[in-house]
Amino acid sequence: MNDVQVWTYILVLLSFGLYIGIALWSRAGSTKEFYVAGGGVSPLANGMATAADWMSAASFISMAGILSLNGYDGAVYLMGWTGGYVLLALLLAPYLRKFGKFTVPDFIGERYYSKTARIVAVICAVIVSFTYVAGQMRGVGIVFSRYLEVDIETGVIIGMVIVLFYAVLGGMKGITYTQVAQYCVLIFAFMVPAIFISMQMTGNPIPQLGFGSTLIDGSGTYLLDRLDGLSEELGFVAYTDGSKSVIDVFSITLALMVGTAGLPHVIVRFFTVKRVRDARKSAGLALLFIAILYTTAPAVAVFARTNLLQTVNGKPYAEMPQWFKNWETTGLIGHTDTNGDGLIQYNANPKMNELQLDPDIMVLANPEIADLPAWVIGLIAAGGLAAALSTAAGLLLVISSSVSHDLIKNVFNPDLSEKGELWAARLSAAVAVIIAGYFGINPPGFVAAVVALAFGLAAASFFPAIVLGIFYKKMNSKGAVTGMIVGISLMLFYMLKFKFGLFDGGKAAIAGLKEKWWFGISPEGFGTIAMLVNFVIALVVNRFTEDPPEAVQDMVEHIRIPSGAGEATSH
Amino acid sequence: MTNEKQNARAYWKENLKYLVILLSIWFAVSYGAGILLKEVLNKVHLGGFKLGFWFAQQGSIFVFVILIFVYVYLMNKLDKKYGYDKD
Repeated sequence: MNDVQVWTYILVLLSFGLYIGIALWSRAGSTKEFYVAGGGVSPLANGMATAADWMSAASFISMAGILSLNGYDGAVYLMGWTGGYVLLALLLAPYLRKFGKFTVPDFIGERYYSKTARIVAVICAVIVSFTYVAGQMRGVGIVFSRYLEVDIETGVIIGMVIVLFYAVLGGMKGITYTQVAQYCVLIFAFMVPAIFISMQMTGNPIPQLGFGSTLIDGSGTYLLDRLDGLSEELGFVAYTDGSKSVIDVFSITLALMVGTAGLPHVIVRFFTVKRVRDARKSAGLALLFIAILYTTAPAVAVFARTNLLQTVNGKPYAEMPQWFKNWETTGLIGHTDTNGDGLIQYNANPKMNELQLDPDIMVLANPEIADLPAWVIGLIAAGGLAAALSTAAGLLLVISSSVSHDLIKNVFNPDLSEKGELWAARLSAAVAVIIAGYFGINPPGFVAAVVALAFGLAAASFFPAIVLGIFYKKMNSKGAVTGMIVGISLMLFYMLKFKFGLFDGGKAAIAGLKEKWWFGISPEGFGTIAMLVNFVIALVVNRFTEDPPEAVQDMVEHIRIPSGAGEATSH
Repeated sequence: MTNEKQNARAYWKENLKYLVILLSIWFAVSYGAGILLKEVLNKVHLGGFKLGFWFAQQGSIFVFVILIFVYVYLMNKLDKKYGYDKD
């Protein structure tokens, strides 16, 4: 075993030991502890837990890579995945906390006074969460396979066992405190290499500033100008320009923002704090903790890409450093010497290009590209696992509480005892982990692509129903339910048609369908349209059907006022 | 209408006013500066950054964080003003 592997084993085992220790210490004894951690989490802890819950394998492993391949266009992810917190803090979190139940379908079911509404919400929550969790389990598998040299399947299974252990045992309580620990691990793991590389390239230890500084090589050129120049030389568009259309950038950003605000696993985190003002504050803290990574990632992307272009392009394959060979075996980077000159040509023109890159490599191999010490590389593994596991656990909890609380307790068997419900919750968490693991081993696509679509689904279903439920007192059940069904169906249809080519002859047809995108909007951005359709349909149907009962309108007035929130209760 | 109801309405109205102002800023920095006006702003430089690019990849995120904390501050004050700050 080499140094890197020894460090990786040490750091991964230490962090896993920590998570299991926390799980044992914070076992859930009641449904209230299982669903909302007892409702007494501090805003600071909730902020960190939300940040870890939120930042997934996609944020940690894939995002910087996607940014580095897309330049300016990557901004859709940066703004989209942070701006949603403003919506969440201002439009949703305080009111849902005041409402004070356990799950998102709880809110939809009671606000729209109907079992149908609750069931539709459960189905949406399960679709959104499974779409998302599949990507997470895959992320766990990738990290394990690279760093611990086991195959992806084994990696997924190890991840499943760990999540099963603390999600089933501890519920929301266990998840919350492990997520606090996981946030610390992942942010440390992300920042250390970023600071090292920023120092190496620009002499500035703060990546956010190094990003806009001059290079340390004495040329006095700004880093970004150098990268723009290099990109154009190779036939790419300038890094800071981007190539997506304005309308597509606009739509994707909005779909991701609104989707963020509508994701059930993020929303439920705000049920765990004590008071309405704690919900507001923890949304702010969550975004602050997220912003540390999200403002560093674009800097890392630029450092990594500049480094890569300077190290690889036009250089002889035989002289490539050790990391190139290491990562070639994982298939994340590859060279086919089409013109037989022994040199590596990297070019925007696919006929001349000889370098195959998977975006994930930018973060995973970054410490090696920059020649950082072995312990830093081990740290990346621990951080990637923390990011993937924390998100997976949060999602699995949503799935299990949707099933045990919303379906079994509230629809099928209202007489179920507290103890029975707790067991139902544990059992459904276990089943959800196994299904997620299956998707991890047989993934429906690559991590970020699938994750991005979960947002479209959340935007198209939950966001309008919740916002109208709070801000429009006269919104009725028929309108909201029709809106949700039409919204999520439209989004699913668009996704299957244009992302998976389902109606036009499968994957091979996808590229050709680009011309047929509605309004020139990609599947990732279509959540915006589906959300607007949801809003319009909901309001039109509402216009022609009866007003909601007086009691419901009173409830809406009640949740608009912050005092008297009490603790989250079942009924 | 009872006093309590009037109080609640007035509180809600002020709350909505804050929302409109804060969300306008939210829209302006991200969709405005980062996307729609990007080309124009890119003519201005901020150190090594083109300004539109900076808003899209850095600036808007900083503003988002500040916006939420301003909201927290304003709402805590508003809660106190209307007597909703007790648990």
